[in-house]
Amino acid sequence: MIVAERKLFEQIWESVKDLKSLLVLGCGTCVSVCQSGGEKEVGLLASELRMKSRLAGKEIKIGEATIERQCDREFFDSIKDKVNEYDAILSMACGAGVQFSAEVLEPVRVIPALNTRFIGVTVEEGIWAERCRACGNCVLRDYGGICPITICAKSLVNGPCGGSKNGKCEASQEKDCAWVLIYNRLKKQNRLDDLRRDAPIKDYTTQTHPGRYVNEAYRKPELEAQHAE
Amino acid sequence: MPNSKLKQAFDKGKFVVTAEAGPLKGTFTEEIEEVARVLKGKVDALNVTDQQSSVMRLGSLVTCHLLIDRGVEPIFQVTCRDRNRIALQSDLLSAWVLGVENCVALTGDLPSSGDHPHAKPVYDLDSVQLLQVIRGLNEGHDMSGNELKGKPDFFAGAVVNPGADTEAAYELQILKMEKKIAAGARFFQTQAIFDPNVFAKFMKRVEHLKVPVLAGVIPLKSAGMARFMNKNVAGINVPEAMIGRMTKAEDKTRTGIELCAELIKSIKDLCQGVHVMAIGWEKKVPDILAAAGL
Repeated sequence: MIVAERKLFEQIWESVKDLKSLLVLGCGTCVSVCQSGGEKEVGLLASELRMKSRLAGKEIKIGEATIERQCDREFFDSIKDKVNEYDAILSMACGAGVQFSAEVLEPVRVIPALNTRFIGVTVEEGIWAERCRACGNCVLRDYGGICPITICAKSLVNGPCGGSKNGKCEASQEKDCAWVLIYNRLKKQNRLDDLRRDAPIKDYTTQTHPGRYVNEAYRKPELEAQHAE
Repeated sequence: MPNSKLKQAFDKGKFVVTAEAGPLKGTFTEEIEEVARVLKGKVDALNVTDQQSSVMRLGSLVTCHLLIDRGVEPIFQVTCRDRNRIALQSDLLSAWVLGVENCVALTGDLPSSGDHPHAKPVYDLDSVQLLQVIRGLNEGHDMSGNELKGKPDFFAGAVVNPGADTEAAYELQILKMEKKIAAGARFFQTQAIFDPNVFAKFMKRVEHLKVPVLAGVIPLKSAGMARFMNKNVAGINVPEAMIGRMTKAEDKTRTGIELCAELIKSIKDLCQGVHVMAIGWEKKVPDILAAAGL
């Protein structure tokens, strides 16, 4: 999932304090699972903002809504009429959701309430960790299912640097050395010889931004449309 | 016609001595010039660090050039932290044109450990790939296979950490050392060692590799320095007995030099040379070498 964390309340307040009305808009998918921007978090943030605005002597009308996904056009239908009652949307989606909301709901102003962190997994309740950097060229087959691009702080693909200490990374004693993890996993799989192979030089053309992906089944009409232009 | 004296020293089977100098922050070059004057004729070559510890300083390349002008053969340290493949290849060509014939390929510390912690880490290539690239340049082509008009002939080396503390990290150091040799590394300089037994075990383990190894040594300045390195630097483990001698020493400088010289004597027969990382004590390197009988 996409993991995001809420901005500091003071930062959020700074960005909305001069508005007359505001719709706090949650997203029911990734950020709901990582407890930063789902329906519950919308309720919490809206309450905090109401309290703060009262204490600050401001009258801000604060509404609440959560749609299933802010990255899919169809889910906006339920709020399209409602948004016109507000000066702005405070989106609790990831960066993609914030941008898509601004695009679908144009010209309504959309303000982000979260910082998007990474693609990750739930390690345990309340803790999430990065597992993919979306490099566009998955190499997990070669490293026992542990990504050196993501887990190694230097994205090294031919072995560790000299900074591995007690199985931890030189960047932080709280982070595991990816290469120690990879070695131990491959050892259990009797596949240590896999590490002898020289890793190919990275191809950054797969990370040309902004990324775009067209499903094979839909490719032809798109090409035709381009030719027609 | 290439004439790396370092390569010639290895070829002759001489016990090779290298040291290390770090450029300062700023344009003041008198200090490094003084180091060159003191070390001229005392070492076979002098490594010039590349933004060591991720602290921004005068560049390794131009400092290498200063050393050549002052009669000291440099080893150009090149890390993968700050430059992508275009800049790395270009800097290597520039180094060759300025007369630099030796280089060492390193990964490089993370920016977060230095004085610009918010910088973007690059690591476009890793140290194995950088060695492959250097070999390609030596063969007359760039990474994309384009022909070079005029090619270098670098004598390239690499580094290894004999003190890696877990089985995984240790075996991976050796595995990566093998990859580096396959990629063109012609000599190795090690992370600082303090325990001759650890080094002996390592040299036994890499016996099959038949590549010259220069044992890295650091003269201790104080017991505190030893404790700091034990706690914070991967692969460094200063034995308690050594720390004890530094604690008791009345003349710490003399004891630090003596300990370093004793260590060099005790490992001299295990390896092909020594690499003295004096960290601010560059001008004391001749004293260390003299005390070690080199």
